[in-house]
Amino acid sequence: MSAVQAPPSDLAPRVLSNDPSDHDVPHGREEEWRFTPIDKIRDFFAPGDWGTVAAASGEFVSVRPASADTSAVESSAQWVATDLPSALARTKAADVVSIDIPAEAQVADVIVVDLTAPAAANYGRIEISAGAFSKATVVLRLDMTSDISGILVTDVADQADLTVLTLYDGPRTSRHIWQWATTVGRDAQFLGLSIALGGSVIRLQQSVRYAGPGGSAELLGAFLAADEQFQEFRIFVDHNQPNCSSNVVFKGALSGESAHTVWIGDVLVRREATGIETYELNRNLLLNDGPRADSVPNLELETGDVVSAGHASATGRFDDEQLFYLESRGIPENLARQLVVRGFFVDVLAKVKDAELRDDVLRRIEERIGMEALEEQVSEDVQ
Amino acid sequence: MSTLEIKDLHASVVTDAGETPILKGVDLTVESGRTQAVMGPNGSGKSTLAYVIAGHPKYVVTQGSITLDGQDVLEMSVDERARAGLFLAMQYPVEIPGVSVSNFLRTSATAVRGEAPKLRTWIGEVKDSMAGLQMDPSFAERNVNEGFSGGEKKRHEILQLSLLKPKIAILDETDSGLDVDALRIVSEGVNKFTEETNAGILLITHYTRILRYIKPDVVNVFAGGRIVETGGPELAEVLEAEGYERFTDLAKA
Repeated sequence: MSAVQAPPSDLAPRVLSNDPSDHDVPHGREEEWRFTPIDKIRDFFAPGDWGTVAAASGEFVSVRPASADTSAVESSAQWVATDLPSALARTKAADVVSIDIPAEAQVADVIVVDLTAPAAANYGRIEISAGAFSKATVVLRLDMTSDISGILVTDVADQADLTVLTLYDGPRTSRHIWQWATTVGRDAQFLGLSIALGGSVIRLQQSVRYAGPGGSAELLGAFLAADEQFQEFRIFVDHNQPNCSSNVVFKGALSGESAHTVWIGDVLVRREATGIETYELNRNLLLNDGPRADSVPNLELETGDVVSAGHASATGRFDDEQLFYLESRGIPENLARQLVVRGFFVDVLAKVKDAELRDDVLRRIEERIGMEALEEQVSEDVQ
Repeated sequence: MSTLEIKDLHASVVTDAGETPILKGVDLTVESGRTQAVMGPNGSGKSTLAYVIAGHPKYVVTQGSITLDGQDVLEMSVDERARAGLFLAMQYPVEIPGVSVSNFLRTSATAVRGEAPKLRTWIGEVKDSMAGLQMDPSFAERNVNEGFSGGEKKRHEILQLSLLKPKIAILDETDSGLDVDALRIVSEGVNKFTEETNAGILLITHYTRILRYIKPDVVNVFAGGRIVETGGPELAEVLEAEGYERFTDLAKA
């Protein structure tokens, strides 16, 4: 496949090709790689003898051998790889994990898919399609015991209502480089939520485009980074259709000297995207001195004829006055910290309609905060 | 019967610029069933006294002692002080986003009582206390102090007072920013609490207005970081008529 030149915008990807040789090897000074610790992921830029991410087949879930041909979901979503890791994952993954919600299906139960990584390093190729007028919630639980370079292509057909939650929870040793591209159909609703707790390196590139007017996309993220953890969330919302909406909310809590998070919120409103609404927000909470949180919102408007367009970004230190207030009511420090951090994430998680799922995520976050507090306690005791 | 005993208390505020002495030798005893009013002009250090008793990390005690029934309060962490029976109703309660009032109240009651209150009796307890303070039940679902009006914040403080039932309560300018109706409701809440529990009250205020509703046994005038005069309720009348000027001069002397 030959490289196609994308329309000229600073925000849209420049090279669209599934052929790895069409993509330059990132050296770290490019705009899209400048925050990433390239040295830690160099092996993701060369084809490797890696395994492939798998999942147990079940209702709505199937696994098929990969083929070089454009898949139905890729074709419908108009997806093409935009950089070297995504082109490699597209080319090298042996199988495709496919989650298909038939048209008009109303799936009441949450579809939980455990994505397993059999080798030390793995390519992943995941496709999710929600048929017209369908409604479903999918949870992707990622195996964090191994490295994964993956692509996740999501196609939401007209008037479908799809929620996808990706959960990065587990050991803090593996590296995950993901590209998650979603196409939102006419009058469709998409909610994509990323919860990042584990891993040593997580780099998620998440994009949304629209296949028709009236679509709505919410991209949410909740992440906790501790010492030795790097997490990067690069969002690109391509408003290429009129009367659509996008809402991006990413919240992170950082602790430990060497925690580093990056949030890039790129929103492009094309000339034809009149009457749209867009808002993006990133808030970071530093639980102590030392962690670094980069936050860069970019809004590019090619038309002024929009309903609303805005962004906000704030990074703040943990408020000791909140801690004092809670402690002065008898609440021990660890529990007080847990309450405040949990409270910080509540508005993001409130968007998860399924109560059981919401509680599960909250519990995982609380466990992580409890662990941090414990580690801090231990290191204080040692000192 | 509980006694909070403050002896020769000196304390400084810690800032990036260094330590600035605020309290310069405070002697004060608060006992169960008695209300001690501490009145003083702005900047006299009376709020610092409240914070130091509660253990705010911004202040450091340089001399003197605070004991509760003989136990060294200064040795206790902030939460230990609360569990020992001290309570500070704050002048400026802080917002805690994402933490509901009901969750907060139950968590603090569990901490202070040492066990989780039984759900059925607890719901009734909260409902009654809220009704007494004329708070709408929907209040419990809001986030702690978030978007509360001045009056709502103070009612919420007194609601905690009535649920946590401390031995000694410090009310730091609970009357500030309240209109007459809110002041009456909040004061009635405090009076109901002291009648039921026989707790001791340290009432810190700038104005004499609240003393019409909460009757002090002793009035102390605070100026220049210490108590410069002590008297009965009639001392408040003198302050009302003459202001603080005489006492600030006294502190400088």
